[in-house]
Amino acid sequence: MTAPAIELKGISKAFGPVQANKDISISVQPGTIHGIIGENGAGKSTLMSILYGFYKADKGEIFIKGQKTAIPDSQAAIAAGIGMVFQHFKLVENFTVLENIILGAEDGALLRPSLAKARSELKHLAQEYELNIDPDAVIENLSVGHQQRVEILKALYRRAEILILDEPTGVLTPAEADQLFRILDRLREEGKTIILITHKLREIMEITNTVSVMRRGEMTATVKTSETSPEHLAELMVGRKVLLRVDKKPATPGDVVLEVEGLRVIDEKGVERVKGIDLTVRKGEILGIAGVAGNGQSELLEVLGGFADGTGTIRMNGVTLPLMGKGADGQSRRHAGIAHVPEDRQREGLIMEYTAWENVVFGYHLDPEYQSGILMDNAGIQAIAQEKMDRFDVRPPHPKLAAKNFSGGNQQKIVLAREIERNPDLLLIGQPTRGVDIGAIEFIHQQIIALRDQGKAILLVSVELDEILSLSDRIAVMFDGHIMGERVPDQTNEKELGLLMAGVTQEPAADAAKVVDQQFALQDEERGGA
Amino acid sequence: MDFLTLLQLLDTTVRLATPLLLACLAGLYSERAGIFDIGLEGKMLAAAFFSAAFAYSTGSVWLGLLAGVGVSLVLSGIHGLASITFRGNQLISGLAITMLAGGMTVLIAQDWFKQGGRTPQLVGAARFEPITLPFAESLQGVPFFGPLYYELISGHPILVYIAFALVPITWWVLFRTRFGLRLRAVGENPASVDTAGVSVVGLRYAAVMICGVLCGLAGAYLATALQAGFVKDMTAGRGYIALAALIFAKWRPWYALWATLLFGLFQALELRPDLIETVIGIKVQVQVLGALPYVLTVVILAGFVGKAIPPRAGGEPYVKER
Repeated sequence: MTAPAIELKGISKAFGPVQANKDISISVQPGTIHGIIGENGAGKSTLMSILYGFYKADKGEIFIKGQKTAIPDSQAAIAAGIGMVFQHFKLVENFTVLENIILGAEDGALLRPSLAKARSELKHLAQEYELNIDPDAVIENLSVGHQQRVEILKALYRRAEILILDEPTGVLTPAEADQLFRILDRLREEGKTIILITHKLREIMEITNTVSVMRRGEMTATVKTSETSPEHLAELMVGRKVLLRVDKKPATPGDVVLEVEGLRVIDEKGVERVKGIDLTVRKGEILGIAGVAGNGQSELLEVLGGFADGTGTIRMNGVTLPLMGKGADGQSRRHAGIAHVPEDRQREGLIMEYTAWENVVFGYHLDPEYQSGILMDNAGIQAIAQEKMDRFDVRPPHPKLAAKNFSGGNQQKIVLAREIERNPDLLLIGQPTRGVDIGAIEFIHQQIIALRDQGKAILLVSVELDEILSLSDRIAVMFDGHIMGERVPDQTNEKELGLLMAGVTQEPAADAAKVVDQQFALQDEERGGA
Repeated sequence: MDFLTLLQLLDTTVRLATPLLLACLAGLYSERAGIFDIGLEGKMLAAAFFSAAFAYSTGSVWLGLLAGVGVSLVLSGIHGLASITFRGNQLISGLAITMLAGGMTVLIAQDWFKQGGRTPQLVGAARFEPITLPFAESLQGVPFFGPLYYELISGHPILVYIAFALVPITWWVLFRTRFGLRLRAVGENPASVDTAGVSVVGLRYAAVMICGVLCGLAGAYLATALQAGFVKDMTAGRGYIALAALIFAKWRPWYALWATLLFGLFQALELRPDLIETVIGIKVQVQVLGALPYVLTVVILAGFVGKAIPPRAGGEPYVKER
């Protein structure tokens, strides 16, 4: 057996009292893709930051190609042949591709020779790995998928043999993600070693050779991908059996609750974000809005929620709501029976510095039931908050803790507790499980389904196609401010939705759909395990 | 207005634009690296005093210049320490430096020279003298070019030529060298520089120090070339005008030259209200002319002159994220 490309032995790292990594050891063979999976805060990023020289481990050793290597800083990591593609790209937006690639790896004090060399090198890399890109394009004009390519090229230009990718598909369309996986496959064939950090079980199953599971700073298992299943991995991640598929009865849609006609939204930069869309949501159904982030879904939610202006018509239970000026605000929307769980819970859903009990009533704090004379009935509110937090399984169940001290999943539960408990006619919910652990995802999904079964109307916006497919009763796909089409989950698949999300309206051939159907059936099996 | 008067006006423009240009370029280096510096004013003022004081006591303007640059560098170091190392608020640090310089200069001047917070008049070698460029005298008879060369181009102190030479040099450094690429990157997205294995702190200190040197030159020019000695608050808001010019110039060296020349022209007009009267036929109050540069500053800062996008990481201390 050849020496492992990377071997970590007994890595430990603590931040104050928090043990982020506990005695972690892994060994990755060259020319393979190794997945690292785990919930938020399991310590994946800390481990990779240690490998890339951002943090110094308290204990432990790193071996690269059998050689013990110290990595005190990023420079050392690059020298050791490690390249990293961060979740949030580290690119200079108004520089060209070439300038970004040479930054920090220039050959001399003058730029001209470095740029010329990088240009020819880039041609080589493009041929070798099918990574085509215009070297003179400015980063901010490139799609997210292409920006990611630049990050990969940056690493390859620095002669990286080991490539670490941190949640690389979070920002990509399904098609872009497929393309990325083809690139990774190609890199593996060329003998590169890849470490893929993700929380998506499907990606692990699709591309990795081996996978390590992390939980609470510990490495709970390392297995061959071919010898495991998504259910098993999920169980290892969470520490208990997890239901991956959402269990739900068929919907029984009732009267129309929300009607949207010809809605247009122009943002503060003067760009039209929503370009005349029509929607209806009925009682007892979930309408899922699929789409890549930035195609107008956020603006749609903002207008419906009353904190952005728009033109067109919105009717709630038959009553027309104002879209700008007086009456177009969150307070009025709440009175009309609309509850809103915003996409960005930390900025729009919660006040991070406020306590949980304050957040649980915020927005509804003027309701008579919370008042005691001219003052607020704080003791009463705290008791109500405690009750709601218990019901929504918010952990830790302490109403007096500031919102910022809860994990992402528990913050989301606080927002849900506030909005759902007000018994709205319509729930707007954006990215309900972004940054939320698998265990909490399960709970949040159950709550959304339960609300539907009570006969409420739900408008769900999510960039996670899996989530849209498993929760929605109808799916509308948004692209560039338009609704590209509506589908029923049972009669569509990720391929078709993916094409719609990329703005392609027509399925090219019928038999292509058949193949995809089979794939979808397989994925269904993966998700549900039944 | 005849040709000669026009040349004299432009000559004054150049002399008055020089400190603005130096300060503007100083701010350009600092802000391109992501460090906002509203302490330009204070550094210029401190440099003006120390250069005048040392030039007077030693009799050498060059030693004066050295002292001016030195004190400006010290203040830059403080700003760097506060905003880079300790990740403090850059505006507050800059403001503190300006206030410190405003009080300190007068206090020390009074203690040293007992002349009401000013330095004695500088004479002879304690002052930068105008340089007459070769053939300026002999070519004076050549039509158009002769007077242009003699009146406008020749006859300035060395610092004026340095300031103007710094424009192409700054352009070249920023856009043609490795240092420039990294400097611009660190002001746009320091994380990109950090992950590339280059020190964010090192680059930002380098930029702040360059800023210190240029502010030192600007201050020394005020006290030892434009004037002959230091007087209280002699910078008169030039540091802030330079910042406005920097925004006007969209953080670009050549635009900085044109922007500061425009401000310089306004200041020159203030000295020659009679010219305005002969050209437009209306007597304009000299106070109105005096207010013009400041009015323009307000107009620019209010964003009426196109949209200027500052370096994206400007004003934010860099904290390594996970």
